Amino acid sequence: MKTKLNPTWRELELGCTVVEAGTSAEYKTGDWRSFYPKTDEDKCIACGVCYLFCPDHSRHIAPRKKKVEGAMYTHYFDFNFQFCKGCGICAAECPTGAIVMIEEGKK
Amino acid sequence: MKNRIEVGKPVGIEVSIAQSEVVAQCDVDVIAAYPITPQTHIVEHLAEIVADGDLDAAFIPVESEHSAMSACVGSSAVGARTFTATCSQGLALMHEILYIASGLRLPIVMSCVNRALSAPINIWGDQSDIMAERDTGWVQIFTENGQEVVDQTICAFRIAEDRRVMLPVIVNLDGFSMSHVIEPIRFYDTKQVRGFVGVYQPPLRLDPAQPMMFGPVGIPEIYTEAKKANDVALIESRQVIEEVWAAFAREFGNAYRALETYRTDDAEYLLLTVGGMSETASVAIDALREQGVKVGQVKLRLWRPFPHDDLAALLGKARGVFVFDRCLSTAGPGGPVASEVKTSLYNLRERPLVVGFIGGLGGRDVTVQQFADMVHKGIGYVAAGAAPVYEMVGVRE
Repeated sequence: MKTKLNPTWRELELGCTVVEAGTSAEYKTGDWRSFYPKTDEDKCIACGVCYLFCPDHSRHIAPRKKKVEGAMYTHYFDFNFQFCKGCGICAAECPTGAIVMIEEGKK
Repeated sequence: MKNRIEVGKPVGIEVSIAQSEVVAQCDVDVIAAYPITPQTHIVEHLAEIVADGDLDAAFIPVESEHSAMSACVGSSAVGARTFTATCSQGLALMHEILYIASGLRLPIVMSCVNRALSAPINIWGDQSDIMAERDTGWVQIFTENGQEVVDQTICAFRIAEDRRVMLPVIVNLDGFSMSHVIEPIRFYDTKQVRGFVGVYQPPLRLDPAQPMMFGPVGIPEIYTEAKKANDVALIESRQVIEEVWAAFAREFGNAYRALETYRTDDAEYLLLTVGGMSETASVAIDALREQGVKVGQVKLRLWRPFPHDDLAALLGKARGVFVFDRCLSTAGPGGPVASEVKTSLYNLRERPLVVGFIGGLGGRDVTVQQFADMVHKGIGYVAAGAAPVYEMVGVRE
């Protein structure tokens, strides 16, 4: 990232502009979470709805083997808890009810 | 663009129309505005110029002033030279976006046709509207006649877009008593105006080919530094403003200063005014001088960045300074201009008595005699060594 952390006022870009794209990847928001999503692998059909609806970076495609209706997937969706704020949108949108939100500290 | 108006000699023209014509001469790309009395003629005439095909610009008719300034922020962020005009309730409705325009360092130029604020509803002139926006981080310039409006509008674009400034600029003129008056105004050749203003080359702009983010969140670790940067930018814009005014004087002949003075040599008392009523006050100064009163006039042109040091140097030696405000800071420490003048003088070892007068509210006329009365009254307070915090002029008791 071009922008320095904790810059002096002289080092700030004009108008606090972020002069490159994608820098939110460097801003970890996972510690905002009070509920975390848990996936029931038996119900998950790897449709990717959770990935499409996730408003942050927390749903991503990871190299994982999963067999769904006879087909073998080498990559499918996984959570990145560095970004998951626990908003629950994935759980609300999951068509099979595979994702449930669980309070942090509980299993 | 051809010259739409005869250049080189004064032509009789309404000041609003004159400002629209000079904005067109400055080759703006985008005008986003909502009509409001007494600013209406400015945007109506700009719409005509664009519709006539004489100015290659986008005229965005929006549904409110909040939207007008928001559209201006967007167009300026993509690198378009942007103009808008408003006043009174319209300016108040823009309030939150004014901070965004300056915070994002967008060189928008706005005409503010100073008008009273409701209630009671009043469409006539005073400076209540702009005084409520003094802390928004914009360069704020006052004018006192149509020629100054034309000249300062040209200067405004060059000041705003200077790489060392990159801040929005407000050019203030009085509602009706200036905006709707036909005055003799000298126009300049369009090519010469465009040469003076130059081509806007934004240091940063929104462009899909090179994505960047304007207006990110400023967390507590950043916000103070961001505000400091804006503060320094506005303070340091003063140097560029002086440079632009000097360049303007060389190019077009008319010279401008942050504080204009009138018959201040040997003056023991100074009357400080802002805006169009300054000319009425000057007539009073002439009359008082004929009576042998050692009084001069200081006219505040540059409201932000506030010229503290110049004020202290100019006013500090006087026995009394009488400040005329066209805005009531309700139950406050005096009119906004008087309060700031007092602040500039307070730390001097010796300082004049500052007397604040408030008048000309909501289009109420202030006569030559009333300005003379203020001076006489002020001299009386100096002799007594004390003055009220402020007093209102011409109010029926």
